[in-house]
Amino acid sequence: MSTTRPVGRATRDAYGDVLVALGAQREDVVVLDADLSGSTRSGKFAAAYPERFFNVGICEANLVGVAAGLAGAGKTAFISSFSSFLLCKGFDQLRMAVAYPRENVKIIGTHGGITLGEDGASQMSIEDFALALGLPGVVVCHPADDASALQLLTQIAAADGPAYVRLGREKAPTIYGEGQSVELGRAEVLRGGDDLTIVANGMMLGLALDAAEQLAAQGVQARVIDVHTLRPLDEATLAAAARETGALVVVEEHLRVAGLGSVVAQAVVQHAPAPMRFVGLDGYAESGSPSALLAKYGLTCEAIVGAAQEVLAAKR
Amino acid sequence: MSPKLTQAECAEMCVRIRRHIIEMIHAAGSGHPGGSLSATELVTALYFHFLRQDPQHADAPDRDRFILSKGHGVPVQYAAMAERGYFPIADLTTLRHIDSRLEGHPVKGTLPGIEASTGALGQGLSIACGHALAGRLDGRDFITYCLLGDGEINEGQVWEAALFAAHQRLERLVAIVDANHIQLDGYTADILDTEPLVDKWRSFGWNVIEIDGNDLAQVFAAYEAAGANLGRPFCIIARTIKGKGVSFMENSVAWHGVAPDAEQTAAALAEIGEAR
Ligand SMILES: Cc1ncc(C[n+]2csc(CCOP(=O)(O)OP(=O)(O)O)c2C)c(N)n1
Repeated sequence: MSTTRPVGRATRDAYGDVLVALGAQREDVVVLDADLSGSTRSGKFAAAYPERFFNVGICEANLVGVAAGLAGAGKTAFISSFSSFLLCKGFDQLRMAVAYPRENVKIIGTHGGITLGEDGASQMSIEDFALALGLPGVVVCHPADDASALQLLTQIAAADGPAYVRLGREKAPTIYGEGQSVELGRAEVLRGGDDLTIVANGMMLGLALDAAEQLAAQGVQARVIDVHTLRPLDEATLAAAARETGALVVVEEHLRVAGLGSVVAQAVVQHAPAPMRFVGLDGYAESGSPSALLAKYGLTCEAIVGAAQEVLAAKR
Repeated sequence: MSPKLTQAECAEMCVRIRRHIIEMIHAAGSGHPGGSLSATELVTALYFHFLRQDPQHADAPDRDRFILSKGHGVPVQYAAMAERGYFPIADLTTLRHIDSRLEGHPVKGTLPGIEASTGALGQGLSIACGHALAGRLDGRDFITYCLLGDGEINEGQVWEAALFAAHQRLERLVAIVDANHIQLDGYTADILDTEPLVDKWRSFGWNVIEIDGNDLAQVFAAYEAAGANLGRPFCIIARTIKGKGVSFMENSVAWHGVAPDAEQTAAALAEIGEAR
């Protein structure tokens, strides 16, 4: 995806695997989907544990409500659909039936961002983190690749309480090496550097690492941090980065308001104010191939390098 | 300003429309052939006989409205619109490409005659109610047609709109349910059964007619009846075959949202044949 990095599976594929593993280990795990079980990969669980899988039909609001009831009765309920439909159509139910009573519902939105491509804007979630962050007490997570998705989803399953996870449709660039551990709530420094910090997550990390290499060729050492967990936010790692590098660029496949950029800026402003720039979306996208969309809507290596140069100038 | 094709001419047009559907989805490399092919007679009869719309004045206040609530079926609408002269036929193969006006799901503002942005299922009938209500407020006699899927009507909002339309006696509102028995993950009977459709819509206060939606004579008769304004909203339960016209796509869950490759495209076009 516009990066030269090797690509692995899509993060939604990790979801299917984690569900099947959980099904074997835990009787309390139930899975619900809204007529997208093939696409979300919850169908893998349905095939293995049909008696604990419920396809509610194209009814996202009811999906959330039923899951809340199951969780209230002691189940651990995973629900999946496209992230746009889950968050947008299920929002009031997520608010009243899941977040407020703190039910153990794991909200898994696949096909996040604009890289779902040709289906176009109606299916794309560019506001899902804004909505999920608007649900107090809900963990908010966005894994970048197969390895980190497997670990983070497993940890989310083990922790009690509601969580939202955005997964992707496209094969994701490989970010984490074999055996590298990833921890929910701990930002991962992927590359060292003291001139500035690039914060990113999900599909944007490959581009962020590419940008860091280009900057290195110009003699600028960028630290790259994966903030896969937007809540609870690893403020310590971000504060240290702000203090030590004095400038930050945040990159996200989401609206530039009310997402990763906003939560990182809040942390930086409180702990170690520093100039920041934000690379993200400003509106609805359209149909097109994922790479053409990233280019047209400004989610590119060049845009990150440009923002880095700007923020470096502001720092001086 | 409708060209008013005869039934026989519409049948020929359906052949052209089906060819476009296959060709454009193949060119896009993704899209939804099954639900586009099932609705071909329903949409073609509208655009070429019943819908009072002028492509040159697609925003005329008195125009009939067509809202495709099951937005993933938009290839059939684009094909009909291109043949009706809303935009060049050559544009059809730009479907789903970057910078094309032919979005993967309908987007209001991209093309004249697209009345609503749909694709998140369940919303079109409410918007159609709004148009019908505005028509009554303004004393206009246009008809608002809304095409829904029998899977799509899983969504609760559809039934809120159905209640509202009947309560408001929106007699110039026509809902067409493309009842092809299949949704995304499987048969509607297995995923979430919406039958008995006729009883449901009738009990919600609608006039209901049940037809074979791939039979043009029955489709024509249904639209004639729907235009009679009998004091209630009108629902056409159109029994159709998903993938109609291409044997290997017919009644197949697998062909809901997959593009045919070159070989499959050639085979499909051979089966559909050429318009005379
Ligand atoms: C709110 C929402 N949920 C899920 C989807 C994904 N989706 C696209 S098409 C489809 C099935 C639609 O079935 P039906 O309405 O019967 O359409 P048809 O068989 O006529 O193609 C689903 C679930 C969607 N587009 N919108």
